[in-house]
Amino acid sequence: MKKDRLRYVWPAFVICASVALVAQRGGGLNPADLLKPLADSWPSYSGDYTGRRYSALTQVNQSNVKSLSLVFAAKVTGGPGPGGGGRGGPNPDGPQTFTGGEGDGSVTVGGATQVKGAVLSVNGILYVTSPDNVWALDAHDGKEIWHYFWKTKGGTHIGNRGVAMWGNYLYFVTPDDYFVSLDARTGKERWHKEAAPFSQQYFMTSAPMTVGNHIIVGTGNDLDSPGYLMSFDPETGEQQWRFYTVPMNPGDPGLETWKSLDAARHGGGHPWLPGVYDPESHLYIFGTGNPTPAYMSAPRGEGLENLFTCAIVAVNVDTGKMEWYYQTSPHDTHDWDSAQTPVLVDGDFRGSGPRKMVVTASRNGYYFTLDRRTGEHMVTSTFSDTVNWAKPTLNAKGQPVRNPAKDNHIAGALVSAANGGSTNWPPPAYSPDTGLLYVPTSETYAMYYLTETDPRGAMGLGGKDEIGVGTMGSFISAIDYKTGKTMWKHKFRSMGNPRGAPGLLTTAGKLLFGGDVSGNFIAFDPANGKPLWHSQIGQVTNAPETYMVDGRQHILVAAGDTLYSFALYQ
Amino acid sequence: MDVPTVTVGSGVRPSARSRAVFAFLAAALLVSWTAGVLAQRRDYPNRPPGDPAAVERGKALYGVNCQFCHGADTRGGDSGPSLLRSGIVLDDQHGELIAPVVRAGRQGMPKFTLTDDQVSDIAAFVHTFRAAGYDESRVKPPSIVVGDAKAGETFFSTKCASCHSAAGDLQGIAGKITDPRLLQQTWLLPGSGGGRGGPPPVQVKPTTVTVTLASGEKIEGKLDRIDDFVVGLTTADGTHRSFNTNGDTPKVEIHDPLQPHKDLLRVYSDSDIHNVTAYLVTLK
Repeated sequence: MKKDRLRYVWPAFVICASVALVAQRGGGLNPADLLKPLADSWPSYSGDYTGRRYSALTQVNQSNVKSLSLVFAAKVTGGPGPGGGGRGGPNPDGPQTFTGGEGDGSVTVGGATQVKGAVLSVNGILYVTSPDNVWALDAHDGKEIWHYFWKTKGGTHIGNRGVAMWGNYLYFVTPDDYFVSLDARTGKERWHKEAAPFSQQYFMTSAPMTVGNHIIVGTGNDLDSPGYLMSFDPETGEQQWRFYTVPMNPGDPGLETWKSLDAARHGGGHPWLPGVYDPESHLYIFGTGNPTPAYMSAPRGEGLENLFTCAIVAVNVDTGKMEWYYQTSPHDTHDWDSAQTPVLVDGDFRGSGPRKMVVTASRNGYYFTLDRRTGEHMVTSTFSDTVNWAKPTLNAKGQPVRNPAKDNHIAGALVSAANGGSTNWPPPAYSPDTGLLYVPTSETYAMYYLTETDPRGAMGLGGKDEIGVGTMGSFISAIDYKTGKTMWKHKFRSMGNPRGAPGLLTTAGKLLFGGDVSGNFIAFDPANGKPLWHSQIGQVTNAPETYMVDGRQHILVAAGDTLYSFALYQ
Repeated sequence: MDVPTVTVGSGVRPSARSRAVFAFLAAALLVSWTAGVLAQRRDYPNRPPGDPAAVERGKALYGVNCQFCHGADTRGGDSGPSLLRSGIVLDDQHGELIAPVVRAGRQGMPKFTLTDDQVSDIAAFVHTFRAAGYDESRVKPPSIVVGDAKAGETFFSTKCASCHSAAGDLQGIAGKITDPRLLQQTWLLPGSGGGRGGPPPVQVKPTTVTVTLASGEKIEGKLDRIDDFVVGLTTADGTHRSFNTNGDTPKVEIHDPLQPHKDLLRVYSDSDIHNVTAYLVTLK
């Protein structure tokens, strides 16, 4: 691994330099900027490659956060109609909507526009998405510049996590499985490529990630199709490599952890959220989803691990070859993905000196610290007081051990957590100032009933009914990466809501931003979780971000179809 | 994979993963669950119906050549995988992708000498089966009543009898709630519903709240809403009141009539649950 490093330095340098020339002319994004600590811009899903969502900006800080006030509320409206932005709704004389897509226009997507992903902020422009839609907005006031609409063939329209940028080009994926590139300056489509077969009921929600001359994105699917991560060429859209998260051929590693090759090839494991990148080792590190059929043990091989589902996986970014993996839920039976974006942490570890680590809080209720060069296990803990699906002791690898009594059963099994999990896709944040990982968590119970009695099992997510019986609360939990201990836990007073809180942002201004489950957007003290400022804007639907434009630090967050930006009153 | 972060019942497509039905939200979630099923159908359109004569011919050919290994319903058997989730079958339109496999055979699968028309007919039959994770027609579970009624009665007398009795509030409960699963869900958390529609069979007394102001004045009423910053309530005379809160000021005390049920969730074993249900179904 180390001896290969030099090989990649020069090509990466040349590519960055050539894009830098383009970027200077057109105001685009130089991929080298993605290596910088997060500050003025927000150029990728997590802001930077670490996944920490820790911004160096300090204009807004603990001493003045009470003076935050609204700069703009910008509404976006998905669909084929003209845009307009602002609070006035669609404006026939407003900015142009460009339309693309392979659909015939007969599939209409009901429901309100929901912004549930990252907003890129580059050179004074915001790039916003919802399924089938991309907008460019002015970062000063949220005014719409252009809108692109994709006519869909269908697919699961659950959310879109944002665009990637390379030079002056944008990249996003669609629910009907296309990889689309736009010119960021105009909103016009450059090309689109099929990324997965729609006939096999794939759908795509992830934000692509730019690493050097790679655009990397993963699949989603709720039938029984295999998951994969793929890398595209940013100029041509040609596939560079593809990494399947389950064994696909005789002799593939991990095949012995499945009942059969057919079971493995239908084993799911979709990497449906962006990963993180370690530039020193050239490792792209990401999480994989649940095995399928999700609730059926026997068709997958009772007691087998079902690699590489529900795992943290590291691949070489230039080849797509796996370097290491660590499975956080061997043989999951509750649809609890480990797809959550992991977080890179550098720091001391129990007196062993500085370590390069990757950490994750998994949907199954367990937290992990791993060595990010080797995948070596360092810490496991649980951050939920109710989680009860595993046996009392971890195995020798530090993994939780499934208790089959807490699978789905005909008479019902009382399990914590409910299907949504102890945490979910809303991203955590890590502050190097406190050494704490901040995670939106919830503690819930549900009865899990098996409804499929055919020993061949069901497909996908079928074969069970899961009915909630109570929520103990929604929280923000602050976890020490060295011990896995929850150092503080802020319980929201909101009652009866099974949802977890939205994603988080932390800053060098000693602030932690997030939302509750009652429509408040809140600034917390990252040392203890005490709320310092809030505004009732409606349910927050993405993770907050921050950027600087013309000397003013904005705190940006989405609530449904509206982006709210806050800055110090002036 | 995902759960929506939007408010339940807001009209945005919830995935079937959001089907969890929680206390007080049963009705709203019923709406969203139904919408989810409809959306699922639309997301991945069904194939257009095949020529009935071709389907009939294909069914006969399938029965002779394929059924032994792949099952009458194409979902596989002991010696052949499910065709319903096969990538080749899902991608196939009229037998063009199936034919090469049928003619060449595979590991563990013999070659078949069949014409293009015959494979096309077999494909027409195979494509009549809908590939979907959520097949409502398969959701017909057997009875959930597996527990020991006697043990359930004992558990009831120690953990439940301080508030409930078979001769009192629960008299005839199994006659009122005839679906044992709905009964089980209802006694675990009244108001949670049975997950299959309809309003919860039991009306739960509202949660109340007492707010003690700095002056010492106490305001009591039905809890309308609460978060970290505002508590809202309706007093006995129907007046809406709400108060800013900052940490523990003013003092807010919530009286949740379901708290004992919630506390017991940490106590039950699954056997306790099954036994209590077996006991309660006898209270006709």
